[in-house]
Amino acid sequence: MSFEDYSGIWVFIEVKDGEVVPVSLELLGAGKELADKRGTELAGVLIGENVTHLADTLFEYGADTVYVYDDTIFKNYRTESYMKALLECCQEYKPEVILYGATSTGKDLASAVATDLPTGLTADSTILDIEEDTGLLLASRPAFGGNIMATILCKKYRPQMATVRPKVMKALTPEPGRTGRLIEETASIKEEDIRTKVLEIVQFTTQKVRIDEADIVVAGGKGLGSEKGFQVVHDLAETLGGAVGASRDVVEAGWVEHHHQVGQTGLTVTPKIYFAIGISGAIQHIVGMQNSGLIIAINNDPEAPIFQSSHYGIVGDAFEIVPLLIQQFKQAFNQEVVDHV
Amino acid sequence: MLHIVACIKQVPDTKIIKMNPKTNTMDRASAPAILNPYDAHAVEEAVRLKKKYGGTVSVLTMGPPPAVKAIKKCIEIGADEGYMISDRAFAGADTLATSYALTKAIEKISQIKPVDLIICGKMTIDGDTGQVGPGIARRLDMPPLTSVNKVKEINVEEGYAIVHRKLEDGYEVIQSTMPCLMSVEKEINDVPYSSMTNMLKAARYQPVIWAVADLEDVERTQLGLKGSPTIVSKVWAPKKPSGGEMLEGDAAQQTEQLLNLLLEKKELFVAKGGSGVEL
Repeated sequence: MSFEDYSGIWVFIEVKDGEVVPVSLELLGAGKELADKRGTELAGVLIGENVTHLADTLFEYGADTVYVYDDTIFKNYRTESYMKALLECCQEYKPEVILYGATSTGKDLASAVATDLPTGLTADSTILDIEEDTGLLLASRPAFGGNIMATILCKKYRPQMATVRPKVMKALTPEPGRTGRLIEETASIKEEDIRTKVLEIVQFTTQKVRIDEADIVVAGGKGLGSEKGFQVVHDLAETLGGAVGASRDVVEAGWVEHHHQVGQTGLTVTPKIYFAIGISGAIQHIVGMQNSGLIIAINNDPEAPIFQSSHYGIVGDAFEIVPLLIQQFKQAFNQEVVDHV
Repeated sequence: MLHIVACIKQVPDTKIIKMNPKTNTMDRASAPAILNPYDAHAVEEAVRLKKKYGGTVSVLTMGPPPAVKAIKKCIEIGADEGYMISDRAFAGADTLATSYALTKAIEKISQIKPVDLIICGKMTIDGDTGQVGPGIARRLDMPPLTSVNKVKEINVEEGYAIVHRKLEDGYEVIQSTMPCLMSVEKEINDVPYSSMTNMLKAARYQPVIWAVADLEDVERTQLGLKGSPTIVSKVWAPKKPSGGEMLEGDAAQQTEQLLNLLLEKKELFVAKGGSGVEL
């Protein structure tokens, strides 16, 4: 393997409901920095059905080249079909780095591709850098439940690959009208070669606001004592128009479903306001919310580590504080709105 | 009759592990070694499928000799057989080298009894990657089914499985040919307390232990540190946040200060109009 043959930073572009998912745009932003540092190009690999037109979006967000595999065989994500397309693309064009969003799809695909190439794959990276002269990717990630950060290298194989947590990197401001090179490819895989079928896709509709997309997240922890006690979290979230978050303990206790979980094994969130109510602040929770705009912690234990990670803290009884806040908020807001009319 | 292999790992309980602040290393003695929580659900699912469709559950782990304890835990859950691969040559393996070694062990298990289904936990709590399961699937040329939160149907005669695969905002229903590999979410089942019979069986159970020399067609260069494309170059403790301002006073004073903070960002509430706010 001659490393000189490998160049360019690639991003696997994930498409959902006909749109590019946010993490792919974030990775184009991160990838652009790496590409500039290496003096190389940034490319997106776009796989799906009726997706070619999305290349325009990718150019606007920084891609110089977009490789497209547009075929009905790619209608739904399936490991075997997407993997084949990406592997063929890699063999043909030999990228130095491939980045994937650390989503269900991105992680599934990256794991399969890494094994077949083979090459090294760093999971759930939160910091990316590249050595200008050698092209060595420095992918850092929280490890051991967030207790430590580790930088992972892949020195002997190319391409180097990493999955990257959503909501950690920043997308570039789109440049309307920016264009690039569109390369349309055809994969050799046939439907009869694929051993899985997607029979149905079910989307939850009960989830009012997706927690990783919400401006306001009200999260609760085991300190609330019970599922009944956790109701104050729902109440405040409803009052503020926010989404409900939870610590791992709460999800494990079954008070709310897993898609509410914030942290290392749950979702990373970066809302403008994050409430942590009755959450002690274990490191594995902190890694999932520490980049929120304004973090407010309410806990009856003055020694709770969560106060170290919050902008404002209240030591007190959540069952007294939260209902009072809800009441004051409602009053203030009705007042405010009247003032402005 | 199904033969299911569940891949498991003994891990330090990262929820309570302490760091040595001087060396930035983990104080492993501070955390008990446990069966990786996701793997307990993998074994439980295997046992449930066995009860429903008939068959055998084998568990497989790679680890140092004390990891036998994790296998015993799986026997308590209801697994029938335990296999362990243990050798210094495996040490330092990343996900690629780990999936290689486990694949070699599964090939050997398959010679004893052909394998229909492999179940792994979604990830381990010490590695947090979720890459080993799909890696094994690719190496054995089985379809990898990741993030499975329900096994809807197994059709042994026709050789297919139908599962729910969890997505960010829902799930997809997938049909796959068998043999296949599933990595499962915790929500797939609850692991009940073990029966006394299983606990007694586990207490005296001794797994089959293989060293590298016991496996076949092994390329030693693909094992352990040597076979691992990734290396850890630097480890550091995440910087401790310094903490913010505490809002003092009685409850009413505290919430009033909090309210003022929220009012500074009132565009969030007016624009979105939470149901509590009447616009």
